[in-house]
Amino acid sequence: MATNNQAKPTSALDSIKIDIDGASPTSRPQTCLHVDGLDLFYGDSQALNNIKMSIAEKKVTAFIGPSGCGKSTLLRCFNRMNDLISSVRITGKVHLKEQDIYAKDINVALLRQRVGMVFQKPNPFPKSIYDNVAYGLRIQGIKGRKILDEAVERALRSAALWEEVKDRLTESALGLSGGQQQRLVIARAIAIEPEVLLLDEPASALDPISTLKIEELIYELKNDYTIVIVTHNMQQAARVSDYTAFMYLGDLVEFGDTTTIFTRPAEKKTEDYITGRYG
Amino acid sequence: MTAATVSFCLIMVFGLLGLIMFEGLGHFWPKNSVMLEIKSANSEARYELGEVVDRETVPAEQVRALGIFVPEGQAAVDRILLKTGNRDVVGFDFHWYATTQFTSLEYPLAAFTAEREEWGNFYGFAKGLEQEGKKLNLGDQLWPEIELRLDRKNELKDRINHLQKKEMGKVNHNIERLRLRSKKLDLAQAALNDSRYSEIAQERLTWDKRYQVLSLELAKLYSEMSRDALVVSTASGQTLKLPFSTLINVFQPNRMSVLDKLGHYFMKVGEFVFDDPREANTEGGVFPAIFGTVMMVMLMSVIVTPFGVIAAIYLHEYAHQGRWTQIIRIAVNNLAGVPSIVYGVFGLGFFVYIVGGSIDKLMFPALLPAPTFGTPGLLWSSLTLALLTVPVVIVATEEGLSRIPRNIREGSLALGATKAETLWRTVLPMATPAMITGLILAVARAAGEVAPLMMVGVVKMAPALPLDTNFPYLHLDQKFMHLGFHIYDVGFQSPNVEAARPLVYATSLLLVVIIIALNLTAIIVRNRLREKYDSAES
Repeated sequence: MATNNQAKPTSALDSIKIDIDGASPTSRPQTCLHVDGLDLFYGDSQALNNIKMSIAEKKVTAFIGPSGCGKSTLLRCFNRMNDLISSVRITGKVHLKEQDIYAKDINVALLRQRVGMVFQKPNPFPKSIYDNVAYGLRIQGIKGRKILDEAVERALRSAALWEEVKDRLTESALGLSGGQQQRLVIARAIAIEPEVLLLDEPASALDPISTLKIEELIYELKNDYTIVIVTHNMQQAARVSDYTAFMYLGDLVEFGDTTTIFTRPAEKKTEDYITGRYG
Repeated sequence: MTAATVSFCLIMVFGLLGLIMFEGLGHFWPKNSVMLEIKSANSEARYELGEVVDRETVPAEQVRALGIFVPEGQAAVDRILLKTGNRDVVGFDFHWYATTQFTSLEYPLAAFTAEREEWGNFYGFAKGLEQEGKKLNLGDQLWPEIELRLDRKNELKDRINHLQKKEMGKVNHNIERLRLRSKKLDLAQAALNDSRYSEIAQERLTWDKRYQVLSLELAKLYSEMSRDALVVSTASGQTLKLPFSTLINVFQPNRMSVLDKLGHYFMKVGEFVFDDPREANTEGGVFPAIFGTVMMVMLMSVIVTPFGVIAAIYLHEYAHQGRWTQIIRIAVNNLAGVPSIVYGVFGLGFFVYIVGGSIDKLMFPALLPAPTFGTPGLLWSSLTLALLTVPVVIVATEEGLSRIPRNIREGSLALGATKAETLWRTVLPMATPAMITGLILAVARAAGEVAPLMMVGVVKMAPALPLDTNFPYLHLDQKFMHLGFHIYDVGFQSPNVEAARPLVYATSLLLVVIIIALNLTAIIVRNRLREKYDSAES
């Protein structure tokens, strides 16, 4: 269940306090996701080559890189979304905390309750705002009106949407603007209190003001969630993330502190991409 | 080019509908009675009374060939089709008269038309009233008195109907139930002195008594009803008596104002829609056929929707998309092209004889050899038509499922929903407009289908509706009437083609109206749902 957030290791809490100041972390944060030797094939063609990385708990990690470099594919490995594509074959290991998420006996639905995801295009269900947010909870069998009410309000407040929609919770979610829809989808994802939140280019379909709101939201949410964000926008990566991974043609080229990546990249390819030589 | 084709098609459709409407709706308008004075060779004039139902111009040769005089030099002759009624007196009730045959054509005010339970209409003049064989002297109070006594007769008729259908029907139902119970005991080889036998006999006795009481009451009502008789004369002067028990409606068309005629018109339309047929379906209403059609279509919808939807979900969501699924899909599509009579044969062989026969053996052994489900009936008709229309629902639902955007499914899965939960909570609600589209197509096809039904449950005349107040209320094993078959039966199997022809048009119109109504309901429901879901798809 998604309630294991409650048990927070104190060391991680400490490290967040340091992060808020914008300084690079001094103490080593706890690992949330650990990827080891991950290869992914679409049929015969390989899309990810031997990825090895550790994603820190309650931090924002950004994946950047040119289109088709595999950053979304890698993101979708974390909640096994790639299972939906029948031609995909995966080798290697991904651990969420201590659990191998590609183990045979894993319940994928339960895994996805622990690893939430927000997609590029807002995808609210054609239901009311309330029903959208309560969807994940209802899936878990929660029926109590009071529990749902509270959870919906908490999620909408966390997603900074409550004030805008509190009077029209029963109206269709499709009547919201694009930016509101995207925040609704985030609220929907955090209503079930996942441990990790995967954001797949969450602002790419939005206008600048909505984008700003989403970025502010990410900044708020990292207090409670481990966030992995895929973005095309390097300024966005620089603004919101603590760590950045640069990927190119299925390889993880460089992974480190955001400040380091953007100021003193170790690899030539990273520097070329950041300075706009290609992309 | 396309515009021309489309407009040509539209003209054809509306022309057809217009013709059906004109012919069908015109039939109920009360026509004036005309009296013709017919010349005949031996100088004795003959009179014919009736209503003009058709006119045409024919070549003079054709008329001459029938032995009718036409002046030399005249190339064509107008002739009229007169409905003379009085089938019990003259034996035929339609006759063509060329304009050269009669000397005068008038509309006598005193002429009246009587609609009767049998022998068709009567045209003539009212002469007087008889009560219990005694003549009544009424003078100009004759018509008001006729109307009063007609009302009385109709009241009695209603009571008789109630007695026969409701009360005696209930008694018969119970006696039949008792007979079955005792037969069941026989089959279980119970001892003859079993106390249950005497219980049954006891109960049977009370019902028998009740039956006797009711039949006495019925006999009394019948004799009450035949108290009065109308003394009438035909146009040719023959006098005869029409007992009131045989009359349905009496009116003097030539004295009616337009308003009276309008009232009469709507009364006739109401009778057509809400009454039972009479006289081998050539008179009266078609209510049992309407009821049967709607009932059958609704039952079919209830059967075909879950089957079609489940099949489509399996094919689209769960089946491995390989060659085998492809073959199944092609087979489903081809199923829609199989001639419907083949489905009828299949329904008769499989549903009626195999399934129905087995049900009878297992569940109704006491009734054998009389079949319960092992004979054509409402359930088998609905099942056969469901089979006929299931491909349509499958194809439409699959279409709808493939239109659900991937990101909606992924959104649901990413929240920890399983595939089944995603289907049930998100995908299926969004696919309902497509399912209803499939259902609309299925209904449109099923409501107009006749051929297979003739083998699996439709009959010319079903005395009882499949829905009544006796347990289990809806009698799926009963045979039923159907508008499509009714059209065929009235139009082509009727003993009196001329009398039945307008009813063919009227029934066709009704069938079209019912199909449109069924479709409109489904379309409105679908559009409501579409409004709700459409913006998610775009």
